[in-house]
Amino acid sequence: MSAFRFSAILSTALALGLFTAGCGGPAEVKAATLKPEKERKSAPDFALKDADGKLVHLSDYRGKVVILDFWATWCGPCRIEIPWFIDLQRKNRDRGFEVLGVAMDDEGWEVVKPFLAELGVNYRVLIGDDLTTQMYGGVDALPTTFLIDRSGKVAAVHVGLTSRKDIEDGVEQLLQSPAAVASAGAGEPVVSLSAK
Amino acid sequence: MGEPAKVAAARGAAVEVRIPVTVDAGFHVNSNRPSEDYLIPLKLTWTSLGALEGGEVAYPQAKSEKYDFAEKPLSVFSGSFSLTASFKAAANAPPGPGMASGKLRYQACNSNTCFPPKTADVNVTYQVQ
Repeated sequence: MSAFRFSAILSTALALGLFTAGCGGPAEVKAATLKPEKERKSAPDFALKDADGKLVHLSDYRGKVVILDFWATWCGPCRIEIPWFIDLQRKNRDRGFEVLGVAMDDEGWEVVKPFLAELGVNYRVLIGDDLTTQMYGGVDALPTTFLIDRSGKVAAVHVGLTSRKDIEDGVEQLLQSPAAVASAGAGEPVVSLSAK
Repeated sequence: MGEPAKVAAARGAAVEVRIPVTVDAGFHVNSNRPSEDYLIPLKLTWTSLGALEGGEVAYPQAKSEKYDFAEKPLSVFSGSFSLTASFKAAANAPPGPGMASGKLRYQACNSNTCFPPKTADVNVTYQVQ
């Protein structure tokens, strides 16, 4: 039996579109610059479950400086940043600082829990959902990290692997800022932030 | 996404189908055999073969590329490459048109950012002669 080789040319080659409209290439890493307080918008509140099944709201952390990190176990750049966050959590937990990880793995805790154990993650991690990412401007590129000030407002957004110094400097600046009065109440409108 | 390819296959004959793939410039996808366990491989799975049989997929030679976010070089595909699927038209296949359908799962990154895994439809139309 002869084997015929057909060049089954698709009229349009399968183009693995990477939903990067407007990007045109690798995302640019920008230096950490905190937005002036007057320009900051409230970080949308969410309700996601932690590893113990407890429902966690971002608003539970009002009054603290928060790193909100969207990540996944299959994301190489995320794996670089997570040890930085472990260090930050260890050094600053008594200063009113918390890291919150939001894992975007479709398989959920089945893959996330072993990873957390392997790396010795010392901060709270939640399983993300579409609703939450939509609230944050449709987070698609990972990692995406939000620096949130004590009044629950977004002071900086890092899309992609950034520098450790940028993250640490941003956190330190926020920790040293005078504690703002938490004025954003439950009735405040949710603001959708652009992550790109 | 590509339109169905036209393939002519005689009953009982083997057919190889080339499936061209292009990854956007500046990005890569993990190869079918990633160098790290945690990475999601490129994988083409047939969901419907119609009157064809087999469908074994051959992947090209992967590139070994170093990125800042990984200690070791990663096994990846980038740019344009092709997968090759090997079919055989069933000996008792009725003459006429048909279509084999599959799903190509991939996960892409650039030098500092990764994107969630996606699935692309792959359709190969054939004509049993």
